[in-house]
Amino acid sequence: MSDFPRWKYALVALMMLFGVIYALPNAFVPVPAVQVTANRDAPPIDQSLQQKVQAALASKKIAVSNVVVEGDHMLATFTNSDVQKSGADVIKAALGDGYTVAFKLQSNVPGWLQAIGARSMPLGLDLQGGVHFLMQVDQNDAIDKQENSYADDIRSLLRQKNIRYESVTRNAVRDQGIAVILRSAADRSTAADAIGNEYTDLNVGNGANTGDRFVLNVVIKPEKLRDLSRSAITQNLGTLRNRINALGVSEPLIQQQGESRIVVELAGVQDPAEAKKLIGAVATLQYRPGIGQAGDPQAQEAARTGNIPPDANLYRMRGSNLPVLVSKQIIVTGNQLVDASSGIDQQSGTPKVDVTLNAAGARKMGDFTNANVGKPMAVVYVEQVYETKIVDGKPVRVAKVTETVINDASIASPFSKQFQTTGLGSAKEASDLALLLKGGALAAPMDIVEESVIGASLGKDNIDKGFNAVLLGLALVLLAAAIYYKLFGLVADIALFFNLVILVAVMSLIGVTLTMPGVAGIVLTLGMAIDANVLICERIREELRNGSTPHASIRAGYEKAWSTILDANVTHLIAALALTTMGTGAIKGFGVTLMIGILTSLFTSVTLTHAFTALIHGHRKLKTLSV
Amino acid sequence: MEIFNHDSNIPFLGMRKFSIAIALFLMVASIGLIATKGLNYALDFTGGVSMVIDYDQSVEIADVRATLEKGGFDHAIVQSLGGTREVAIRMQPKEDQKAVDANGKVNLDLISADVLKTLHVARADAKLKSRELVTAEVGAELKSDGTVAAVFVILGIMAYLWIRFERRFAIAAVATEIHDVLVTLGILALAQREFDMTVLASVLAVIGYSINDKVVVFDRIRELFRLARKAEPEEILNRSINNTLSRTIITSLFTAITMGALFFFGGTAVHGFAVTMLIGIVVGTLSSIFVASPILLWLGVSKKDLMPVTRENPELARRP
Repeated sequence: MSDFPRWKYALVALMMLFGVIYALPNAFVPVPAVQVTANRDAPPIDQSLQQKVQAALASKKIAVSNVVVEGDHMLATFTNSDVQKSGADVIKAALGDGYTVAFKLQSNVPGWLQAIGARSMPLGLDLQGGVHFLMQVDQNDAIDKQENSYADDIRSLLRQKNIRYESVTRNAVRDQGIAVILRSAADRSTAADAIGNEYTDLNVGNGANTGDRFVLNVVIKPEKLRDLSRSAITQNLGTLRNRINALGVSEPLIQQQGESRIVVELAGVQDPAEAKKLIGAVATLQYRPGIGQAGDPQAQEAARTGNIPPDANLYRMRGSNLPVLVSKQIIVTGNQLVDASSGIDQQSGTPKVDVTLNAAGARKMGDFTNANVGKPMAVVYVEQVYETKIVDGKPVRVAKVTETVINDASIASPFSKQFQTTGLGSAKEASDLALLLKGGALAAPMDIVEESVIGASLGKDNIDKGFNAVLLGLALVLLAAAIYYKLFGLVADIALFFNLVILVAVMSLIGVTLTMPGVAGIVLTLGMAIDANVLICERIREELRNGSTPHASIRAGYEKAWSTILDANVTHLIAALALTTMGTGAIKGFGVTLMIGILTSLFTSVTLTHAFTALIHGHRKLKTLSV
Repeated sequence: MEIFNHDSNIPFLGMRKFSIAIALFLMVASIGLIATKGLNYALDFTGGVSMVIDYDQSVEIADVRATLEKGGFDHAIVQSLGGTREVAIRMQPKEDQKAVDANGKVNLDLISADVLKTLHVARADAKLKSRELVTAEVGAELKSDGTVAAVFVILGIMAYLWIRFERRFAIAAVATEIHDVLVTLGILALAQREFDMTVLASVLAVIGYSINDKVVVFDRIRELFRLARKAEPEEILNRSINNTLSRTIITSLFTAITMGALFFFGGTAVHGFAVTMLIGIVVGTLSSIFVASPILLWLGVSKKDLMPVTRENPELARRP
């Protein structure tokens, strides 16, 4: 009789079902597509645009499989990537700069699979081609900025509190903080209290005195420095995301690696120059005096005739597109902006944006607003964008600087360091404005430390070869096991096959990016997963030789082999774990694959084969075993 | 079907002086090779620029090298990527002075354009398939990360075996592991195979693979010691190796089959991985049979050492 419990049969059946369902999405090859999204000021995507695209494609005789509008974007699918490229060019030319046209691999997975969270494994760059950047964020710059800003603040504070000081200077060595030199011990202790109370992120300590110079050392607290570098990375990630979206790459990979690095992988992009320009681009803000209101007669007149006052620029309001005149004088730039956050104004209940400037910016802002209460002040957003032009019949992307006014409001009362912009239309408008104010610039500069461009054909080659290697490796092991262990070999084969299926399913579910080292990991897992079955089969043979009955041999085989299998797999797991601790993407991918593979193979080669063995032999009287 | 005689009783322990001497010699030779010839570190570790060039028609490596030298790239390394139409070119960015700016920043696009221009002088059908730039800093980090990972693996395995088995087993396993890694690296140094990131991953995987083998033998040793009434260590160890011999070799063969498939069909990207793994499988299998157990015997393993664990921990005794 079978000693294999019923719940284990159920578990095995469930796992097999799970494996098949969640591995299934990988069988659906995604189709090349072009995705169109509307930019900020362009009219939204609708049926007429769809017809326009269809007509443009038809006139150039480009075969398009399907053009559909899905929510806020439009999707045109093509039969192959060559047609996709020419299709994208035609669509770009037809729609102009108001729309972002991006290449995309549209998933072909049926809706019911997507509904239960089944999806295909994302492919690494080495399997589909594209550009890869590894960027080092220069944390020192962020620290410099912050120390300079604190030095400014301390000077203003001491002046404000009427504490006489000789100098406030940053130490030449970074991280060593700011040296404040005062004239007396009494001054020093008042200064220390004032600074300590005002700025809780600073540590204040007495330094060595020389004659009548009393030194106070001010250092930024380590936890604040850590926050600083963390937020520098976060802000850089956000800014990069905004900029890369403008590049028109769908599903870019932008993520932190280690403490101070950012990985950017853009699938399908073959020209890194364009991507690099964009990554390095600087969007800046300028606070400038406004002239009149947006859309007032003077501005309308200037827009109509082109007669712009010599001390002014004519810009358009973002959103409403109304003309607005802005003075050429710059009060404060985005570099002097420390923080911007959105919220709700307590008094009026309308959305607002709080802005904090550094000391230098605050002084200038204070001077200006004192003299100009009631007058308008505009925020000009300067940004480098790319537009497509047709040169000699070929679409060419050129960089262009655009300047738009994102906000134009009257100065209600004088302000300097902190102020708020109220009267915004909605909470979303407020948070958008805060993001624009803050997200324009990188918090810290970045250097490219690793760069690679993988040709699309190389990616295709790799995926074909990888697939062949997996199939061939599997086939050979299946054959060898069946020959060597006969019926038990066939059972092991079923287990090995399901090991592959469940491994792929788990990797897909977790969303492990498949790379060539990952494929090597899968092949290696296939080779080593059979080890457990070899152990079991050898044990069963041994028991049979020692004169045990077939059923007893099976039971003893599984029982005795288990402790060996467990020890062998735990030690192997330790090795795989170490691989995943390596920061580098490729090795990590291999380690993760190996780790999942060890765990799935433990299940398939022990529990799954036991279930099948019990099913085949459990209810029969046996004289011999086919092993 | 059976390839191995299950009653085999080859005196592996009897030749322990011989086998340990060979193992020691191999280790010393490997250290010597790594120290003198060195590992042929790839771009991932050294930093630099690398390009893959695809030709429409077949091309001679020597011709490519000559063309590059004519164009002023004197120290470029040209390698075939299997087949006759694909070559990899590796160089330090300083080969192309124009492409390095005052701050030491390298313009990859400029270098690859220059190289392609040079190649086009001789052959118009050269096409750039991929290009890569790695700074020396990132490379150095990978080296230290790799070493840390290897040490972590070895210590982790040692700790596990110490707890599950006994001190002597842990020491014997780790000593054999170090032997396996060194000899694998030594063969890579001897053959001057390119040592890149995937090969590093493979070396770490070799550690995982070969420990598997050792643990299987050790498990049998522990089992036989506990079962035996009269336990002569040498005889028990020898019986354990013989009992598990069939499994050791069959598993190695199966794993080697898959790595062979990867080598022949997986393309150049995983060549290094497959070759390293194959070397590691051979070295690991041999050391499981010839090296690990003699060390264990030499450390003085006995029935007594394995029994107390079961008395102190009745749960362990219940396990098979």
